[in-house]
Amino acid sequence: MKLLVCVSKTPETTAKIAFTEGNTQFDTSGVQFIMNPYDEWYALVRALELKEANGGSVTIINVGPAANDTVIRKGLAIGADEAVRVDAEPSSALFVAKQIAAYAKKEAFDVVFLGKETIDYNGSEVGAMVAELLDVPFISYASHMDMDGDTATVTRDIEGGNEVVEVKAPFVVSAAKGLAEQRIPNMRGIMMAKRKPLKVEPAVDAEDLSVAVHYELPPEKGDVKLVDPENMDELVRLLHEEAKAI
Amino acid sequence: MVLVLAETQKGQFKKAAYELTYYGHQTAQALGTECAALVLGTAEGAEELGKYGASEVYHINDTALDTFDSQAYTKVIAAAAEKAGANVVIVGHTSTGKSLLGRLAVRMNAGSVPAVNAVPTLEGGTFKVRKPVFSGKAFADYEVKSDNKVLSLMGNSLQPQEVGQAASVETLDVEVPAAQVTVKEVKRMEGRTPLPEAELVVSAGRGMKGPENWGIIEELAETMGATTACSRPVADADWRPHHEHVGQTGVAIRPNLYFAIGISGAIQHLAGVNSSKTIVVINKDPEAPFFKAADYGVVGDLFDVVPRLNEAMKKFKAEN
Repeated sequence: MKLLVCVSKTPETTAKIAFTEGNTQFDTSGVQFIMNPYDEWYALVRALELKEANGGSVTIINVGPAANDTVIRKGLAIGADEAVRVDAEPSSALFVAKQIAAYAKKEAFDVVFLGKETIDYNGSEVGAMVAELLDVPFISYASHMDMDGDTATVTRDIEGGNEVVEVKAPFVVSAAKGLAEQRIPNMRGIMMAKRKPLKVEPAVDAEDLSVAVHYELPPEKGDVKLVDPENMDELVRLLHEEAKAI
Repeated sequence: MVLVLAETQKGQFKKAAYELTYYGHQTAQALGTECAALVLGTAEGAEELGKYGASEVYHINDTALDTFDSQAYTKVIAAAAEKAGANVVIVGHTSTGKSLLGRLAVRMNAGSVPAVNAVPTLEGGTFKVRKPVFSGKAFADYEVKSDNKVLSLMGNSLQPQEVGQAASVETLDVEVPAAQVTVKEVKRMEGRTPLPEAELVVSAGRGMKGPENWGIIEELAETMGATTACSRPVADADWRPHHEHVGQTGVAIRPNLYFAIGISGAIQHLAGVNSSKTIVVINKDPEAPFFKAADYGVVGDLFDVVPRLNEAMKKFKAEN
């Protein structure tokens, strides 16, 4: 099985969110970047587990500038066999999806994995776009996945429960919590990652049809109103009369 | 024309479908057009969507659409949009909608904006719409340049209002392609409202000391008709099921009222809940960072405060 894992670079979860250029650009100064947790912890690790059980290969793909190589090398250190970086700014979800789909089509991957969303733009779009571009099934929010030959049984999270589906490769799957357990790269993995192939590919033409043009921080919360712990009737009154929440 | 996908569950419409229809109506008004609703598979009461602003309701009544396959759904929705003459298609930001939005964008050659939470604006011909980004830590305004546009609406973004009469339901004849995905089983918790749709959420954290103490949380949730949730350490320790985990790496929610009980308020947790309209924090540590994000705070021992709050809630419920 040829498995492709799409990985994204995102600000780490405690990064300070600020904007520059008249609130039109994310301010990256002082921000640490990481591999998007859903891509790393669940998508990549489950792909590796399936390869270890059934054979095959795991390739990582990222769309971004050379500065993303550190994140890509981490994926190789965790255990991917090789990596591809499409050398372009990831200007929109559609642009990224078109780069991934072009490469996936050329190399005929059996399963394309990615995280359920990135923790920066929270769009959850790229997987569905790649699937449509390849005209293959898309299973979103997988929290469990087994493969038997080319048939996968996948549990996907839905509102208030889950759904078990069966699908034949090729397909695209997005990973949610539960699909795998995070792996920490060891020293041997880190050393080996340096010798693994990291190909750089040129971007294919793709237009941005929707772009973020302006950012804003939410208004500061006012001061918290403290309520006497002995007087919960007062809290209920405030929630009803003032907040109109109940 | 704006077309909204009104989802059903076991053939029934839920509040989310009315909210989406009302949002579609608001969007249509902003764009100077009308809103139609699309209903797929077995459904009862589709005419009700007219009350929330759908001038027309299209129904593709094929049982093949009773189970979800994003590929087949996408082809059907795009075909319906063409028949209806719709160039704006809006789905809910639900497990179904999230699987469709990107596909529809590609198929319809449409600019897409996921998880929007405000009505779009059209100024000087420029279509703009707002969505939360960085897990609720900021907002972004997106500009959509293409003629066709697809959006997904974040749940609990606006309160559906009745603006019209029941609409007539027109059966639409669209070919339904064979699904490539076989749904084997659907398991849903009965009774409680799922977290992403819940208006009232009672959430608890490590301050509970152990899973055996959750009775007081369940009781409060029961009294209020609220959905229970938990913090990440609690889910990781298997004190509570994983689907209850709210926060940046769990479910992001935006209820009307969020109770955070015995949760310190790590930045990752706040990111998933800070869009809640009203936040109440109960914690014995007055220095807990969550108080800075709260509207109301109670500094006290949750094992005393929560049962007392439950009694006060019961009294309120009895009187109102």
